[in-house]
Amino acid sequence: MIRSIIGRCLGRRWRTRGNLAEGLSLEGNLGGHFPGASPLPCAGDAGICERDFLMEGLALDSRKPLRRFRKRLLRAEPSFRILSKLWRVSWIYVLLICGLAGVGYIALYSAGGGSAKPFAGPQAMRFGFGLVLMITVAMLPPKALVRISVPLYVVSLALLVVVLRAGHVGKGAERWVMIGGTQVQPSEYAKVALALMLATWFSRVSYARMSNPLWLIPPAVMVLVPVGLVLKEPNLGTAVIIGGIGAAIFFAAGMRLWQIALLVLPLPMLAKIAYAHLHDYQKARITTFLHPESDPLGAGYNIIQSKIALGSGGMWGQGYLHGTQGQLNFLPEKQTDFIFTTIAEEWGYVGGAAVIVLLLILILGGMMMAIRSRNRFGRLLALGISVNFFLYCLVNLSMVMGAIPVGGVPLPLVSYGGSAMLNVMLGFGLLMSVWVHRNSRFGEEPDEQA
Amino acid sequence: MPWRRADGDAGLMRFRRKREKIRRLMPAREQKDPGRGVFTRRALLLMAVQTAALGTLGRRLYDLQISNGDHFAKLADRNRTSKRLLAPPRGLIVDRFGVVVAANKTNWRALLLPEETTDVQGTIERFSAIVPLDDRDRSRLGREIRHKRKFVPVMLREFLSWDEMARIEVNAPSLPGVLIDVGTTRSYPFGPLLAHSVGYVAPSNEQDVAKSTLLALPGMRIGRAGLEQSQDVLLRGQAGSVEMEVNAVGRVMAELDRQEGTPGDEIGLTLDVGLQQTIQNRIGDMAASAVVMDCRNGEVLAMCSTPSFDPSLFDSGVSRAQWAEWTNDQRTPLIDKTVAGVYPPGSTFKPAVAMAALNSGLISATDRFFCPGHFDLGGARFHCWAKHGHGSVDLHLALKYSCDVYFYEAALRIGMDRIAEASHALGLGTDLGIELPHQRPGLIPTPEWRQKHKHHWNGGDTVVSGIGQGFVQVTPLQLATYASRIATGRAVDPHLVRAVNGDIGGQVDPQHSPEIPMDPKYFQALREGMFAVVNEKHGTAPKAQLTIPGVQMAGKTGSAQVRRVSRAMRESGHFNSAQLPWEYRPHALFICFAPYDAPRYAVSLVIEHGNAGADVAAPLARDIMTDTLLRDPVNHRTLPGQTVADAG
Repeated sequence: MIRSIIGRCLGRRWRTRGNLAEGLSLEGNLGGHFPGASPLPCAGDAGICERDFLMEGLALDSRKPLRRFRKRLLRAEPSFRILSKLWRVSWIYVLLICGLAGVGYIALYSAGGGSAKPFAGPQAMRFGFGLVLMITVAMLPPKALVRISVPLYVVSLALLVVVLRAGHVGKGAERWVMIGGTQVQPSEYAKVALALMLATWFSRVSYARMSNPLWLIPPAVMVLVPVGLVLKEPNLGTAVIIGGIGAAIFFAAGMRLWQIALLVLPLPMLAKIAYAHLHDYQKARITTFLHPESDPLGAGYNIIQSKIALGSGGMWGQGYLHGTQGQLNFLPEKQTDFIFTTIAEEWGYVGGAAVIVLLLILILGGMMMAIRSRNRFGRLLALGISVNFFLYCLVNLSMVMGAIPVGGVPLPLVSYGGSAMLNVMLGFGLLMSVWVHRNSRFGEEPDEQA
Repeated sequence: MPWRRADGDAGLMRFRRKREKIRRLMPAREQKDPGRGVFTRRALLLMAVQTAALGTLGRRLYDLQISNGDHFAKLADRNRTSKRLLAPPRGLIVDRFGVVVAANKTNWRALLLPEETTDVQGTIERFSAIVPLDDRDRSRLGREIRHKRKFVPVMLREFLSWDEMARIEVNAPSLPGVLIDVGTTRSYPFGPLLAHSVGYVAPSNEQDVAKSTLLALPGMRIGRAGLEQSQDVLLRGQAGSVEMEVNAVGRVMAELDRQEGTPGDEIGLTLDVGLQQTIQNRIGDMAASAVVMDCRNGEVLAMCSTPSFDPSLFDSGVSRAQWAEWTNDQRTPLIDKTVAGVYPPGSTFKPAVAMAALNSGLISATDRFFCPGHFDLGGARFHCWAKHGHGSVDLHLALKYSCDVYFYEAALRIGMDRIAEASHALGLGTDLGIELPHQRPGLIPTPEWRQKHKHHWNGGDTVVSGIGQGFVQVTPLQLATYASRIATGRAVDPHLVRAVNGDIGGQVDPQHSPEIPMDPKYFQALREGMFAVVNEKHGTAPKAQLTIPGVQMAGKTGSAQVRRVSRAMRESGHFNSAQLPWEYRPHALFICFAPYDAPRYAVSLVIEHGNAGADVAAPLARDIMTDTLLRDPVNHRTLPGQTVADAG
C-alpha cells in the first residue's frame, strides 16, 4: 500500500513532466520501456538511453520520421542534450534545497547578531557556488561517475592520511576543529567518495553474487579504512556517519540476512571482551565521553547551554533576533554545529519542527529517487547520499538536543562552513545525476535480466 | 494517440494501461532483477527507520521546548541577567556647627566576580601581573572567595590610581569577572582628635554578613567603635540594586532595571570640634580625659580622651607594629577613657555622700563633726588628708576643705545603701545610656554587692567609700553628668547625637530632663559647698577661679589613690606622691560647673596619675571652662559681666 501511494505520487509528477515535455517537443510522452523493446545498453551517453528505448518502442508511431529527425538532431547537437537533462532535473527538489539553505541564511543572519556580514553573506555565496556545482555534477552520466569514483576515493584517503599527519605535527586536533588547513575537511569528502566507490563496486557485484561473502570483503575494507583514519583524528561523529553510509549501502545492496546476523550478533560479546581488556584510564575516558554532564563547565557546557536555549524557545520562540542564549553568546558554536539551537530558540518548537520536517522531506525524496533509479549503481549511490544526509541531520540534531555527546557534525546546508556545504551540494549533485539518468540501464549485467 | 487507436481493442487497451501502471508503481518486477526488489524493500525499511528517527528527535524537541520549557526559560533568564547590589554611601557625621568629622572619599576599586570566571586563581594571577598584589591581599582574597557567595564580588585592590585603572581596562578580555567600581572609603578629617567618640569603620567580616546581606557588598564598612558603631544602622542606608543583561563572558549588554539605594543618614553631633581641639591642645599628651557638657540638656560639647589614635588606619587594616605600639602603651590610647575608663572618684565623690546624708534626714547641713585629723573605727585608723585635722566642720566647710573625717563619719552614719542610692540618682555608677559602645557603668559598692562576691562588708568599707576610695569606680562622663545634675537639680542625660539628617529632636529644651526627686535646698547646699571650694578663702581649689569678670565657677577637687598609703610611708613624714613611679601616683580629678548663678556648662577632668586634683586638674579644668564659656557665640554676648566690662 505504501508502495502504491508513493508510486502514485512520484508517477503523477513524472507523468506531468512528461506531458509538459511533450508540449515543449523535447521528448516523448511516456517514460518506461515497453516489452519487446530491445534492451539496448547505452554506451557513452546514458542521457539518451531512455529516448532510445522510446524510439524503439514506438515503432508504430506515425510521427516516426519526425522523431527520428529529432533524435538525430539531439545526438548531433550536445547543447540540446544538456537542455533535455536540465529539464529532467527535479526542480522541486532543488527548490527544497534552496529552502533549506534559505533557513540557514536566516539563522546565520541572526547568529551574526542581525547582520549578514559575518556568516550569512559568505554562506550564501558558497551556496550559489554549490548550486552550480550540483547542477554541473547532475549532468554527468553514470559512466563518468564510475570513472571518477576510484581516483576520488584514493585521493580522499590520501587526504585523510595527510590530515592525520598534519594533525599530529600540529597540536592535538580537537574533534570539532576544522582540520586540514584552512577550508578543507577531507573527512567530509571521504563520505561522498565512499558512497561513490561502494556504488561502483556493487554495480559490478550483483545481488546474486552477494550470497558469496568473499565479494563483501573488498568493500568492507573500503569502508573500514576511512573509518579508522577518521577515528584516529579523532572525529567520532564523522566516523559513525562513514560507517553508517557503508552499512546502509551493504544492506540495500542485498546483503543476506544470515550475513548480517553473523556480523551483528557477536558484536555485544566482542565489545564486552574488548572493554574488559581496556585499562582503567581508558574506561574512564569512555565514561566521560558518554556522560558529558559530569563535567558542566567543560564538555558538558555546550550541551547544557544548548538545552537551555532550546527550552527557552517554547512553542513560538523568543522572536527572530531576540533569542537571549544565542544573541548573548551563551551558545557555543552557534553559527556552526549549534545553528539548530538558534533556530529553535528564536522560532520555537514550530520553527524547529518545520526544519525537521523539511529535512525529512529531503531525505525521503532522495530515497525515493534511489528507488526510482533503474540501474544498480544509481540506486546505491542515491541511497548512500541520502543516508549520508540523514546521518548528518541525525547526529547533529541528537547532539544539539543532548541525546549524544558533542561530535563536531554540522547541520547540512544550515550550519556555517565551506567544506560541509560543498560536500552536501556535491552529494546532491550526484543524487540529481542519478535522478536525471534514472532510466539508464548502465551497469546492469545481461545475465541478471533473465 | 495513434498507436492506441490502431490497436482498436478497448479491453486490451485497459489491460495494457493497467499493466503499465502496475509496472510503474512496482518497477522492480518488470526488471526481473531480484536485487532491485530487495533494494526497494530495504530502502523503504530504511525510510521508515529514518522517519522514526527524526520523529523521535521531534518528540524530544517537544519535551525540551514545551514540556520542560518553563524550567529552561528560567535557566536562560538566570543566564542572561545579572543582579548586583549597589552599596549606598555611608551617612556623614558632622559636629554641632556642621563641620564634617566623618566623610566619604572616592575610592576606585577592582572587584572580582568569582562566578563569572572559570579559573579564579588564574584570573588573580593575571591581575597581579598588571597591578601587584601582596601576600596580605592574596590571603584576604582567598579567605573572601571561600566565605562569600559566588555572586558577590570580592575586592581585588582598592585605591587604584588612574594609571592602574587604565591598564586593567585595556586587559579586560583576559580578566573575566574583573570589574572596576567606584566606591567610597571613610575619611576622618580630624584624625585622632575625635577618634574615640566618632570611632572608626572597618570592612565587614563573616559574622556581620550573617546579620545583614547588605554588608556582604564589597566596600561596605561596618562601624567598629564609637558612634560609627552605635549609629551604624542609621549611617549604613539602604542598598540599591541594578539588574543587567549580560552576555556569556559577563559583558553588560543593557541595564534592565536600576534602583538607587538610600544613602545613610547624616548624624549631627553635639560635639564642637573647635572646643575639642582647644581642650586637646591644653591636655597635651597626658593620659587624661575631659568631658564638657551642657548641663541644661546633657549635650556633650567635648569628649577628650588622650592619647588617641588615627581612626582611618582601621579602614585599610592596621599593621602589626602599629597595633603592638597601641596595646603596649600604658596610657591606653585605644580605650575611650571618658566612658570606658573607670577611676575611683576620690574627693569628687563627697558631694554625693553629702547629698545622701542630707536626703536621709539623719544629718542636716548645720550638723558639725570634729575632725582631729583621723578617724578610728574598731582597731583601724583612717586619716584625713590634713594631718592635723580641720576641727569642727559642718557640711559647707567639709566640702570646702574636703574634710575626710566628716565624710567618714557621715558615711558610717547613713550607711552605704543610701550613698549608693543618691550616687545613682546623681549619675554615678550607673549606665548613662550615651550613644557609645563599650561604656562601663562603674560601681558604687553596697554590702549586697559585696555579699554577692562572697565577701563580708564591714564598716571600714563604708568609711573609705565615703571619700570615694575603695571599690567606688566612676567614669569621667559620669562625673560630668554628676556635676550637671548637681548644678541643675535635673536628671540630665548625656548624649552625643543632636540631629539626624538635620532634624533636631526636642533635646535642646532645658525642661526635657525631669527634676531629681530631692529637695532643691540640698542641691543648693552642695552648690554652695562647691562654690566655696573654688572661690572662698581656704577652699581646696583657689587656682580654679575664673578670670572672666562676673562669671564664677563651682567645683570639687579629687585625688584618688590607686595604692594604699602604708603607715610606714605616712609616718616617715616626707611622703610625697610625686616621687612614686608614674603608675602608682594618685589620679587627679576635678569637676566643675559655671556660671555659678545660672549653670550652663559642666566639666569633668581626670588626669591619670596626675597627683593632686587641686594643683594639676583644677587649673586645667578652669582653662577648659574658660574656653568653653568664651567659645559659645551665643553665650559670648550674654555673658554677665562681659557686657558690663565692655561697656565699662
